[in-house]
Amino acid sequence: MSVVSEPLLTIKNLTVEFDQGAHFVRALHGVDFVIERGQSIGIVGESGCGKSITWLAALGLLGSKARTGGSVRLDGQEILNCSDRALAHLRGSRIAMIFQDPASSLNPVHRIGRQIGEALRLHRGLTGAAAKAEATRLLDRVGMSNPAQRLNEYPHELSGGMNQRVMIAMALAGEPDLLIADEPTTALDATIQAQILELLNNLRRENDMGLVLISHDLGVVADMAERVAVMYCGRVVEESQVDRLFDAPRHPYTRGLMAALPDIDGPKRRLKAIPGMVPPPRNLPTGCTFAPRCDHATEACASRVPGLRPAGAPRHRAACFHLEDLPGGSRQPASPAQQPVQETV
Amino acid sequence: MFAYILNRVARAVLTLIIIVSLAFVILRMSGDPAIMILGPEAPPQAVEAFRKAWGLDQPIWVQYAKYFGAVIQGDLGNSMRDGRAALEVVWERVPLTLAITVPALLLNILIGLPAGVLAALFRNTAYDRLIMMVSVIGFTVPSFVMGLTLSLLLAVWLRLLPSGGSGTVAHAVLPVVTMGIIGAAVIARFTRSAMLEVLGQPYIRTASAKGVPWSQVITRHALANAAIPTMTIIGFMVGSLVAGAVVVESVFSWPGVGRLLVTAVANRDLAVVQVILLLIGFTMVAANLAVDLLYGWVDPRMRTKTATAGA
Repeated sequence: MSVVSEPLLTIKNLTVEFDQGAHFVRALHGVDFVIERGQSIGIVGESGCGKSITWLAALGLLGSKARTGGSVRLDGQEILNCSDRALAHLRGSRIAMIFQDPASSLNPVHRIGRQIGEALRLHRGLTGAAAKAEATRLLDRVGMSNPAQRLNEYPHELSGGMNQRVMIAMALAGEPDLLIADEPTTALDATIQAQILELLNNLRRENDMGLVLISHDLGVVADMAERVAVMYCGRVVEESQVDRLFDAPRHPYTRGLMAALPDIDGPKRRLKAIPGMVPPPRNLPTGCTFAPRCDHATEACASRVPGLRPAGAPRHRAACFHLEDLPGGSRQPASPAQQPVQETV
Repeated sequence: MFAYILNRVARAVLTLIIIVSLAFVILRMSGDPAIMILGPEAPPQAVEAFRKAWGLDQPIWVQYAKYFGAVIQGDLGNSMRDGRAALEVVWERVPLTLAITVPALLLNILIGLPAGVLAALFRNTAYDRLIMMVSVIGFTVPSFVMGLTLSLLLAVWLRLLPSGGSGTVAHAVLPVVTMGIIGAAVIARFTRSAMLEVLGQPYIRTASAKGVPWSQVITRHALANAAIPTMTIIGFMVGSLVAGAVVVESVFSWPGVGRLLVTAVANRDLAVVQVILLLIGFTMVAANLAVDLLYGWVDPRMRTKTATAGA
């Protein structure tokens, strides 16, 4: 093999614990991700599964109550637990992030132009007329009408969809290599949602920008991402190329999520909910955290935590002891003909 | 905007009318000025003559109508004690009161704001607990206890300052410090909670996520937003600049409006009490209006609201 260049971002065994006064509660139990330049990956899971925390932790945005461990490397450079000063240089310029609720994610007392201009000043040294021209161009690029006029408006004067476009323009201002979109369309209605997703996809291709799309919506992820990781209770339980995951989900939790989705083309059927509730982080079951809700759970599941292992296709892995016994499972987990499965997404 | 201000002014006038009317009725029902001023041993003829002279022998609604008629013509009545115009009697005390309340307010803001911001930024650390402990003492201890304690410490034991009276800057120090500590404690607490609220908002996380250094997140993003609730409490303090020193002026024998109010009420010097209440009502209403206009200046969301309300 020739020399492989460093991936854009490598997350290894990332853990996050929150200080609850008397003790620490672990919210992330060792998560691995690798993101190549220009790659898009989707992270799915129910709320509280750690999908947002992973990225907030990587950027040091969790505050003083959180304790993080493991490793996050950007271009091979360790950035986890770096000084706030050092991280401030990376935030927005190398890795940008947009959030779920655009209206409250923008400062209500500053004009749009000032908020975008701040990013331009910090990351590209633009001020005055140059900053204004660039902010106008960015707003135009994210599809806002009358961009020059918008600069003088406040977030409360814009709709949710327009505010999310402003957030995206602000994220683009630093020309980042990676954009983390944390539920970017959850607060928006369906038509706006589609427009925003299309915009993100186009921008990613244009700028060869990596994209992490965090969502609880499998449909959104299916359209947007090349790879998908499913998270449950602070762990990745399955990861794969997007088509493979949707055609042949291996982990019982992923299957449960799929069964809970309605088919657009298929026959009408009753949607199946996953029984039980997501356990709270401070009160996780021992062993496989999904076992109490799983039809296939055995005694072994309650005693040990299953790690990710090959799940029948290249670069498809799932964390379950019963991959081979589940319907549709191959009898030979990793055949010798297969390439060695890469460690990470 | 014009309609908005007109609306506010109309409501302010209504507020003042209600204040004066209530005071008028309550004061006249709660004691006889003739006996208060002439003394309980005064001959009945003298009391009768006094009542006639001031119109107190007439039914209360007649007195009320006459009073309002005069007020509309700009006549606020005369002091029953010395016959001088009540407005003049009150007005000459105003500078004395402002001489201690304005420096006290500056002290409130200069200590309270930074203390509150620091407490919020260092939440749950020793700084925060120290500031909040001092703050709790500052606003739970009644002002007369605070005043007497400081007086005991600085005037009686250490003999650094006079314990009461007026005339020199030294006389003003104890009243100013007493009110300064109390007000600073209140502002610190409000500022801390306003700041904590703002620091938990998503837009603060956005600012950090786009690479704004933490110090600038505070100065450029958090402070302007935290100012909005803090302004309310400062506005309230500005509104009580004239009247807020009743207790402290009494404790330190400072001859301001507050002490005049106490003696005028005790003597049922009705016209003087009415003038003071009008003055207090007026400053309160004016301060509230000023705060509302400031809101619009700081918070663009309010601006749109007032614009539509005024349209």
